[in-house]
Amino acid sequence: MLAVALKMLLGDRAKVLGLISGVAFATLLVTQQSALFMGLMVRAQNVIADARGVDIWVMDPSVEYLDLVRPMRDNELFRVRGVPGVATASRFFKGATPVKTAGGKIRNALLLGVDEATWTGVARNFVIGSLADLQRPDAIAIDRYGFAQLWPGEPLSLGKMLELNDRRAIVTAITDAAPAFAAQVIIYTRYSQAINYLPNGRNQLSFVLTTIDAGADVERVAERISQITGLRAETADGFSRRTVSYYLRNTGITMSFVTTIALGAIVGCAIVGLTFSLFVAANLPQYAVLKIIGVTNARILYLVLFQASVIVFVGYWVGMALATSFFHFTSTPTSALRGFFIPWWIAAYVAAGVASFTLLAISASLRRVLLVDPADVFRS
Amino acid sequence: MLDAIELENTVAVSCRGVVKHYGTSSARAQALRGIDLDVHLGKMTFLVGPSGSGKTTLISVMTGILTPDAGKVEVLGFELSALLPSSLVRFRRERIGVVLQQFHLLPALTAVENVAVPLLAQGCASKAAQARSREILVELGMERQLARVPGQLSVGEQQRVAIARALVHGPSLVVCDEPTAALDAGSGRAAMLLLRRIAVKPGRAVVVVTHDDRILPFADRIAYLSDGRVTHVEKLSRQEVA
Repeated sequence: MLAVALKMLLGDRAKVLGLISGVAFATLLVTQQSALFMGLMVRAQNVIADARGVDIWVMDPSVEYLDLVRPMRDNELFRVRGVPGVATASRFFKGATPVKTAGGKIRNALLLGVDEATWTGVARNFVIGSLADLQRPDAIAIDRYGFAQLWPGEPLSLGKMLELNDRRAIVTAITDAAPAFAAQVIIYTRYSQAINYLPNGRNQLSFVLTTIDAGADVERVAERISQITGLRAETADGFSRRTVSYYLRNTGITMSFVTTIALGAIVGCAIVGLTFSLFVAANLPQYAVLKIIGVTNARILYLVLFQASVIVFVGYWVGMALATSFFHFTSTPTSALRGFFIPWWIAAYVAAGVASFTLLAISASLRRVLLVDPADVFRS
Repeated sequence: MLDAIELENTVAVSCRGVVKHYGTSSARAQALRGIDLDVHLGKMTFLVGPSGSGKTTLISVMTGILTPDAGKVEVLGFELSALLPSSLVRFRRERIGVVLQQFHLLPALTAVENVAVPLLAQGCASKAAQARSREILVELGMERQLARVPGQLSVGEQQRVAIARALVHGPSLVVCDEPTAALDAGSGRAAMLLLRRIAVKPGRAVVVVTHDDRILPFADRIAYLSDGRVTHVEKLSRQEVA
């Protein structure tokens, strides 16, 4: 009987195309927007996630999230170092500045100054060059997306010069740094050099990045740092969550994406509901004939749900293929959408959502199928 | 031979005092006003009468599609009102075949697939169902139209598919609603000859609802209905049919 249901469904190609388009549209929109939203939230904490070898981030108590920096006095570093359980404590500078190429191209850059004694917090992956190359005078490492922004169309190469707050910087390494929230150029340099590029008054220290003794409990050490120094100390994961949470609570991003996702679901639901209703209306006499032949209501319900499942299955994969293609073609390493992708759990929740809203959309039609009176076929 | 004679005398459908209303309160209309009728196995019984006389309601009641408001309907020894809804559907699936006025074939299915539906509904495997469907369609002279969908068939061919669908599962009661309504005189006569040849068997009763006086000679018995009542029943001899 499933083959009969499938043939009945495919017999009305216009409506089937409408139904599949509705599900595919909703899948595409909800998946794409969810993945973009998740990608942005991941970007918001990428500097933390990308920082090499950091167990605990220590900052001024007033700092609520990564991008709100209140510099501390340099001697806070030594106070943190003195806390039991702390293995190493390193200086970390975070600032923003425009950078200019010799050709006059200007871009905003995220400037990260890393303690050259430990290199704690530096990007995990270098595409060209190494940490040793950052020890040269005026040396900076730039991310490859930033390189493409500043010198579009040129192959990755070292030795390029940049003007950074009226000072000279030379690209001696290229990193594969994960993109930051605003997709700026990301520059790593030595801490001592970073504070020269962006002098910031008396207090320069943005964060103290610590590693802990082997076997120590990271939560406890963080708690101890806070108690002893009066500074805010958070594990890398905790600081990531706090940063993401700040963006979720204090920006319109969440509402914007939720609205778009909801609209995608509602419009898809409406298209599917309306088209399925037309499909069922056109097929009501056929369902009635099946009842006359002796097919039970439960079996007919099963057949209609099978038809709906086929629509959901095909529509979902068409939509998912479109969404995947979107990210495949737009999320190249040198594009503004780099790093965006569709994680499995978004695909899974979209599948569950699409199945649920399709069921919701067709529920009224299912009722009509169950209530159709086979006697009407005789009377007609 | 004796068995066949006994079967022919067996009542397949017995209606006693069957009443059926439509609508409620002021819009209430009485479609059947106490029908008493017997339909015998091995016979072709016609229900004849003007529009609104209750013919269609009566076959709906006989097939268990409508429940009478009063009276008793016994089909093939089963009192329909005593059957649970699920048993009634199963009973209809296994024991009754229906040829509808507009045929109501499933437009996306081929002739073979349409005919196979009652077998599939009974849980028969697809291959076996299609093989049996092919057999009966060939018997009806449809060997060249097996793979055609209803839209590619003439009205007469569609009717043969509808007849095959009603007979494929070997029902004991076949109900035909205006089988010649969509056919010209020649095609109507051919259809009735076919129905008579293939459907009427000792263990099967055939009920035909019709307005078409031209096909009355094909009946064994004719029940005349008027205003929801059977006014009289006429018995015809087989010689008139030939």
